[in-house]
Amino acid sequence: MSRAYYWMVVPAFVLFFLLHTVPVLQGFYYSLTDYPGYGEHAFVGIRNYVNLFKDDRVLEAYLFTFQFAIVATILTNVIALAVAVGLNARIRFQTALRGIYFIPNVLAILIVGYIFNYLFANSVPAIFGGTNLLADPDLAWIGIVIVAVWQAVAFNIVIYLAGLQTIPEDLHEAAMIDGAGRWRRFWSVVFPLIAPFFTVNMVLSAKNFLQVFDHIVALTNGGPGSATTSVSLLIYTGGFQGGEYAYQTANAIVYFVIIVLVSIFQLRILQRREVTM
Amino acid sequence: MRRNWWLTALMAAGSLTVLVPLYFTVVTALKTPEELAGAGFDLPRNPAWGNFAEAWELTNYPQAALNSALITVGAVALTLLTNSLVAYAIARNFHRKLFKGLYFYFVSALFVPFPIIMLPVVKQTSLLGLDNQAGLILLYVVYGLAFNIFLYVGYIRSIPSSLEEAARVDGAGTWTVFWRVIFPLLAPMNATVGILTFLWAWNDFLLPLVVLSSPDAQTLPLVQYVFQSQFNTNHTVAFASYLMALAPVLLVYVFAQRWVISGVLRGSVKG
Repeated sequence: MSRAYYWMVVPAFVLFFLLHTVPVLQGFYYSLTDYPGYGEHAFVGIRNYVNLFKDDRVLEAYLFTFQFAIVATILTNVIALAVAVGLNARIRFQTALRGIYFIPNVLAILIVGYIFNYLFANSVPAIFGGTNLLADPDLAWIGIVIVAVWQAVAFNIVIYLAGLQTIPEDLHEAAMIDGAGRWRRFWSVVFPLIAPFFTVNMVLSAKNFLQVFDHIVALTNGGPGSATTSVSLLIYTGGFQGGEYAYQTANAIVYFVIIVLVSIFQLRILQRREVTM
Repeated sequence: MRRNWWLTALMAAGSLTVLVPLYFTVVTALKTPEELAGAGFDLPRNPAWGNFAEAWELTNYPQAALNSALITVGAVALTLLTNSLVAYAIARNFHRKLFKGLYFYFVSALFVPFPIIMLPVVKQTSLLGLDNQAGLILLYVVYGLAFNIFLYVGYIRSIPSSLEEAARVDGAGTWTVFWRVIFPLLAPMNATVGILTFLWAWNDFLLPLVVLSSPDAQTLPLVQYVFQSQFNTNHTVAFASYLMALAPVLLVYVFAQRWVISGVLRGSVKG
């Protein structure tokens, strides 16, 4: 075997180890200390982890993040699937419409968030009355869902469209001859065939939404109060500005475990469906 | 073929959810502060082009745009050249434990969310003098390995090795084989990786936010964040600034639309 192959991978391995694995290990180490981000630190065992479960701030952040991620994942997939089915039908301007629906995927979420922030604060109340959605602690999360879904739908439409285009035309016709209605045809013929695409979209959207950050910085910065503080935002603010470096790295480790568990759980459930259907 | 006009109208109406916020951004960027009252969807009476000049000056647009362009182009070019090479070595030695292990080592990083390494990475980059544009390029190239290795390895393994053997018989070494034979064959995957890296590096906010230390190094999204307190009293200039930050990628998209969509698609359906 050629020695060149080793030269091709060694530098990448070293850099990846240095810039990715070492920080993960460092993070784990710091999570067992009382390091505030500067100066000295002492080993404290699992104290940070124990405290996490007693901290209302942390529990609220997880609750908000999950509520947001579940609602946004469902809405994104329902809307994207509906739009993809529409785009896949015999309509005019198919390519142009597909191009328009995909635009949000190429835009920076932060900037989109600032634009919607202004819309929520000024235009929406001017048209529909009421006050700024984002200033209401009970409703602000809905504003974040709207922006997140607006952006994420773009990507999922394209995936569903690709799935729909793998279905042969004669399958539709066969089902039509059997007398199946539109709705019936969708659930018994189309949906089972695009189930793998549904799995990919559900897992990817849930994973992305659980890490929500940019949207929140642009729309509410975690407020009003701490009503829309996501886990990522809490790790960022607590870790960099709150002197909770060690504590928030422990939080990040727990968060990592949860994200992996959610992904595995989803894959199991969704793939079992794929097989049985 | 019969076309469904009702559905076409419905889908066109739905596309307004995308177009209206963009329209709103354009008209607001062209208004004077006095015209802002109300819902704000009306056209500006006299386009206030001055907003763009003001935003240009205030945020030092040329600097931020240059940083964004430099970081994005650097990340895309280096990613294409290096990640494909690593993937080639892994793909052609997949039967060896070491290379297979390396593959899973890189790909497993896909499950590690950024916040877990965020705090240590900031310390590390400032220690190594990487808290600048060059450091950011390096981070995109290295972190990109996780997903790109996954894409490239799958693709390279589908290329028959008989092509390489012909070149080897002619006396070409492993490096030559890669650059002359394999790399050109990777064009479709290179397009996918290039587009995904472009969108990531250009639109990213969190990594530049935590890594970059000097204001001179700030990227376009980061600048919008930094100037929020000044934008709050000056909405029309803020929107001019947003529009200028979004414009480059929108222009690229308009011209390369078909290419971008199919590129992104190839990357994700594979995943």
